[in-house]
Amino acid sequence: MQRTVLLAIALTLAAAVGSTFAAPVNYKTPDEIAAFKPGPNLEVVQGNCSACHSSDYIATQPPMKDKKGFWQAEVTKMIKVYGAPIDDADVGKIVDYLAATY
Amino acid sequence: MFDRRDLLKGAGLAALAATLNSTKALALDTVTLPFANGERPLVKYPQKRPMIGLTSRPPQLETPFAVFNDGPITPNNAFFVRYHLSDLPYNLDPDKFTLEVKGKVDKPLKLSLKDIRKMKATEIVAVNQCSGNSRGFFEPRVAGGQLANGAMGCARWRGVPLKTVLELAGVQTGAKQVTFNGMDGPVNDKTPDFIKALDIDHATDGEVMLAYGMNGEDLPFLNGFPLRLIVPGYYGTYWVKHLNEITVIDNVYDGFWMKSAYRIPDTPNNAVEPGTAPKATIPINRFTIRSFITSVPDGAKLKAGATTLRGIAFDGGKGIKEVQVSTDGGKTWVSAKLGRDLGKYAFREWKLPVKLAAGSHELKVRATGNGGETQPDTPRWNPAGYLRNVVETVRVTVA
Repeated sequence: MQRTVLLAIALTLAAAVGSTFAAPVNYKTPDEIAAFKPGPNLEVVQGNCSACHSSDYIATQPPMKDKKGFWQAEVTKMIKVYGAPIDDADVGKIVDYLAATY
Repeated sequence: MFDRRDLLKGAGLAALAATLNSTKALALDTVTLPFANGERPLVKYPQKRPMIGLTSRPPQLETPFAVFNDGPITPNNAFFVRYHLSDLPYNLDPDKFTLEVKGKVDKPLKLSLKDIRKMKATEIVAVNQCSGNSRGFFEPRVAGGQLANGAMGCARWRGVPLKTVLELAGVQTGAKQVTFNGMDGPVNDKTPDFIKALDIDHATDGEVMLAYGMNGEDLPFLNGFPLRLIVPGYYGTYWVKHLNEITVIDNVYDGFWMKSAYRIPDTPNNAVEPGTAPKATIPINRFTIRSFITSVPDGAKLKAGATTLRGIAFDGGKGIKEVQVSTDGGKTWVSAKLGRDLGKYAFREWKLPVKLAAGSHELKVRATGNGGETQPDTPRWNPAGYLRNVVETVRVTVA
């Protein structure tokens, strides 16, 4: 019995040590639970912003005095700097949603 | 030595411990960081203990501050996580991993992880700190990741000097910089890939390291497995994770993450008038000097009498000369006793026995480096929310 248990432990240890170099990592992140708050043009926001990042990027931003100016600048940055393919017609809708909701 | 009953008993205890842990995690499922809109979930990722969740895609995790009171080495499972782009190499195969060294070199290299692990290893204890650590405390507030003080950590890194690998490749005359790219990338090909650059003299200083080990283990996946750059004394933005491409260039790299992002004002103290924009900027570089009280959280209630205050200090690589503590809001200061010196890039522990009378107290801590630099009494400001190193204050009520 004792030998069997020790062997089992040895095999488990070997598997644990060997696993580093034996297979792809297959790292699993937990499910994304954060969601955009309800608001005007929600679908436009989900369709555009969610392609690259989770909604908590928006929800954790600080409360600003000039909400519209702040979110306009952020959306412009996403388009100009990060190349977000947002239609011109959607920009105003997204900014309105963000300024009204966050 | 072992018998089945012991093993079963062990398994039962492990299950019980797991239950207790999950109960605890449930009870602490959110934390509130001490600034407006500071509520965060506590989240559990593989290889990590419950961490303060900033964002989930890409993952960004902040270390709960109490961890820093446990010692000068931050455990791998508590070390902060910061990514920029959402396409992570979740399924990378370490057996097939290749580090490419190319550009202005005589002999371009393709090294496997085994090749790198066969080379002579070195170790260094060094702090990694996110450029945006403590950004949530900026006033006026600025856009970006709203972190408290937990986007920092100190680990013993193991790997090979970058210098060794560059010598193997043979850097050509005229080389100016070295660029570093990791396996993580953007989901949209119009988004600039995360690539950073160091000057050639810095890259070959013998301290900059390619690390595969962290505190005696492989790097956790979210901290850059299987290989990351270690740039002692420099902000984390340069510590490229999942590093697989090193390019020697004969010009100054002008990609977005060097030319436009991670810039600080080119002024004395790298600060500007709060709310204004700098006229000129330079790439962020070395850490400013900082110190923290770790044994007492802000707002704590303490018993009157003798207590020992403890904490940590670090700087950009000169090393800590002195840590002073004030228990009267900065009127008088007393030198603390420094802990073991783990190297000039490491957290330096300090402690000081104090006597506290009943009433409200402002506890403050201030470090001075071997170069003579110290921490300011009022916060410096810049538009990106970098470099915070004001003297920190912990308010306590003593009864």
